[in-house]
Amino acid sequence: MADPILKVDDLYTGYDGIPVVFGVSLEVMPGELVAIVGANGAGKTTIMRTISGLAHPLKGQILFDGTDISRLAAHQTLKLGISYVPEGRRIFAKLSVEKNLALGSYTENSKVEIHRRIEELLEIFPVLRARAKQVGETLSGGEQQQLAIARGLMSRPKLLMLDEMSLGLMPSMVEKMMETITAVNRAGTTILLVEQMVQEALEIAHRGYVIQTGKIVQSGAGSELLDSEEIRKAYMGM
Amino acid sequence: MRRKALDKKDVIWLGFVALLALLPLAPVVAANSFHMHVVILILLFASMSQAWNIIGGYCGQVSFGHSVFFGIGAYGAGMAVVTYGGAPWPGILIGVLLAAAIAVVISYPCFKLSGHYFAIATFAIVEIFNRSFMVWDWVGGAMGLDYPLVKEGLKNLMWYDTKTGYYYCALILFLLIFSVVRWLEGHRFGYYMRAVREGQETAESLGVNSTAVKLAAMALSAALSALCGAFFAQYNLRVDTPMVMSLDMSMKFVLITILGGSGTLVGPLLGAAVLIPLQEYTRAFWGGLGGGVDLIIFGLLIILMVVKQPAGMIGIIGDMHRRFFKHKGIAKGDSADGSP
Amino acid sequence: MALLDVRDVTMKFGELVANDRVSFTVESGAIVGLIGPNGAGKTTLFNCITGFLKPTNGSIHFDGANVTGLTTYQIARLGAVRTFQVVRPLKEMTVFDNVLVGAFLKTSDNREAFARAAECIRLCSLEPLQEKPAGELSIGGKKRLELARALATRPRLLMLDEVMAGLTSTEVKASVEVILRLRESGITLMIVEHVMEGIMPIADKIVVLDGGVKIAEDTPGRIANDERVIEAYLGAKYAQRYKQRKEGEALG
Repeated sequence: MADPILKVDDLYTGYDGIPVVFGVSLEVMPGELVAIVGANGAGKTTIMRTISGLAHPLKGQILFDGTDISRLAAHQTLKLGISYVPEGRRIFAKLSVEKNLALGSYTENSKVEIHRRIEELLEIFPVLRARAKQVGETLSGGEQQQLAIARGLMSRPKLLMLDEMSLGLMPSMVEKMMETITAVNRAGTTILLVEQMVQEALEIAHRGYVIQTGKIVQSGAGSELLDSEEIRKAYMGM
Repeated sequence: MRRKALDKKDVIWLGFVALLALLPLAPVVAANSFHMHVVILILLFASMSQAWNIIGGYCGQVSFGHSVFFGIGAYGAGMAVVTYGGAPWPGILIGVLLAAAIAVVISYPCFKLSGHYFAIATFAIVEIFNRSFMVWDWVGGAMGLDYPLVKEGLKNLMWYDTKTGYYYCALILFLLIFSVVRWLEGHRFGYYMRAVREGQETAESLGVNSTAVKLAAMALSAALSALCGAFFAQYNLRVDTPMVMSLDMSMKFVLITILGGSGTLVGPLLGAAVLIPLQEYTRAFWGGLGGGVDLIIFGLLIILMVVKQPAGMIGIIGDMHRRFFKHKGIAKGDSADGSP
Repeated sequence: MALLDVRDVTMKFGELVANDRVSFTVESGAIVGLIGPNGAGKTTLFNCITGFLKPTNGSIHFDGANVTGLTTYQIARLGAVRTFQVVRPLKEMTVFDNVLVGAFLKTSDNREAFARAAECIRLCSLEPLQEKPAGELSIGGKKRLELARALATRPRLLMLDEVMAGLTSTEVKASVEVILRLRESGITLMIVEHVMEGIMPIADKIVVLDGGVKIAEDTPGRIANDERVIEAYLGAKYAQRYKQRKEGEALG
């Protein structure tokens, strides 16, 4: 029985000492694609930020590959293998696609290695290869999102965390984004993602957690949650 | 912002003003006219900074050129008395109207400049007026205007025996300008000024003619500044360009307001209550050597403020208030929708 | 006569043609959707209509009057008001004061304006937040504030720019209810959206932009079947889902 790569135990976290997440426990097994879904303001991004080290837990524990990372800062969790891609596709607008990617492997010193990884990612994301020399702000929304994900992959993370990748994308792009995320996962990267497009997320996830006002209200296999009456009514508008 | 016609804060305010009205009777003040002098200056600079606050704080257009309007008021009064040998009142009226008119004419092109460039342009304006007045004989040139001895009283707006007359004038000026701003806060124009400050384009998308708002605020601010300048001339009994129409003077208005709390009603008073005593008492204590001490201390205060609490002294008071209530377990302003 | 008549509007930034001879109309009382890929020129078009930009060519007519080249505040006063895709709260002012600024457009009387602001705040579920500085709201709150503020101006034409981004399907449904109620109260709506379930079910007409050019203008049903639109924007999966849903509805 394999150990989870990420184990969050009874997590309380929030802002300015005020908790917005109450006793959340979840785990991600190596190779899985796990989705956290829920409404605006339910606490999904807060959880992600806490795991990645951008915020600190008020209570509870976060174990990554057996190590307690609850008190670590973001650059430290990055070194351990967690790559967090925040919402809003925050790429460097004035830098080229290649430079954006290069900055994603900040912890890697060898120029040769960096170059190799960039090549690899341009393979996985052919749209980016076509625009390799273009600056970030000239890319379309969907392309920028792909760049953000690709940059997240540059550090060869053990766990890739994606926050609202579908935000602001047109329908055909959302479709492509979900396909890309699935492909990256099937190629071996463990992914934990946060999504407001509940149906799309559960369709590609192995397992999901449904969060409401800071608490987990349901969890299970993706397909299971998709069929749940309550989930369909509460989140998928059915 | 306040919504009722007269609320708790207004009552406190009126009580405070009543206290101020009784101040000259207090023995410590009556005994030493220097203390009275300091209080008069506090009221004057609070009034002047409040006038600046209208365009600089509430409307967000930082002008370093307000000593021009202050100076026009001072010269208006000064020339009426010195050059034309009459009562200051007609000169004050002309000064106020002229200041408003010049403000509109100058700032119309300047407002086309965004943010910092506008502020820089106002630096230039002060310098232009300063140099021009220095070489203009009609206004007294480099020599300035020295007041002759005339009969004291309200008609001539001058007193010699005691400062009490000046004190009540300053108090009335203070009351006038602060009341105007208080009224603006609750009026549509006040909301429009703040909207322009917070986001000019956004305000425009809601139907606000931002150019008109800025010009009107500037005109009002300039008129009130001129009024303050006129009082200063009458109190100082001397008007000269380096004093009234200089960058030094302009900076005082800006810094007092920022220290106290830009865009707030009480800010200019708090700032003046800190700077003016600092300025006057260090000067009195250390004489020539002390001439710069107040500026050093003030400079340090400004740096501290900008780094720690840009909202000024009002911001510090607000923080203490919040922390006090949070400590008591009353979490004010908690979001109902899980923000941020 | 249409409330909004966009005629051959072209907007160029140097060599870049952001809008290329775009024409369409919006009838009074209608809900018109404006969709298209990122960079297709939707927000630029909004900017032209509301006076943020002066079109390089073409004209815009609102309520019969030629408003091309008028300033933003003039057009807002005529009754065409928009929200911003990247929200613009007046940060240091409270939520209430933000909405009040909007309310003051049609009245200078404090009591009336306050009442209007309170009404719009209630409509957009912002009551518990109304004394908070607008800058402290969550993104969802800020979006609701954009809407409340624009509503307070009593617009005739309300132009919404991606107000549903990031909402779950159930939240989208709730927003759709709000929009329908707005239409009932007499407001004409032009809506830019990527969230299809927020616009396709309620629009009278959909205008599709791609690369600055209008590629389609039709009812939602025909748009969902339009090959060019599927190719450029909707994607096969959505088109299929839409067809299935419609067939499901037809069967009852």
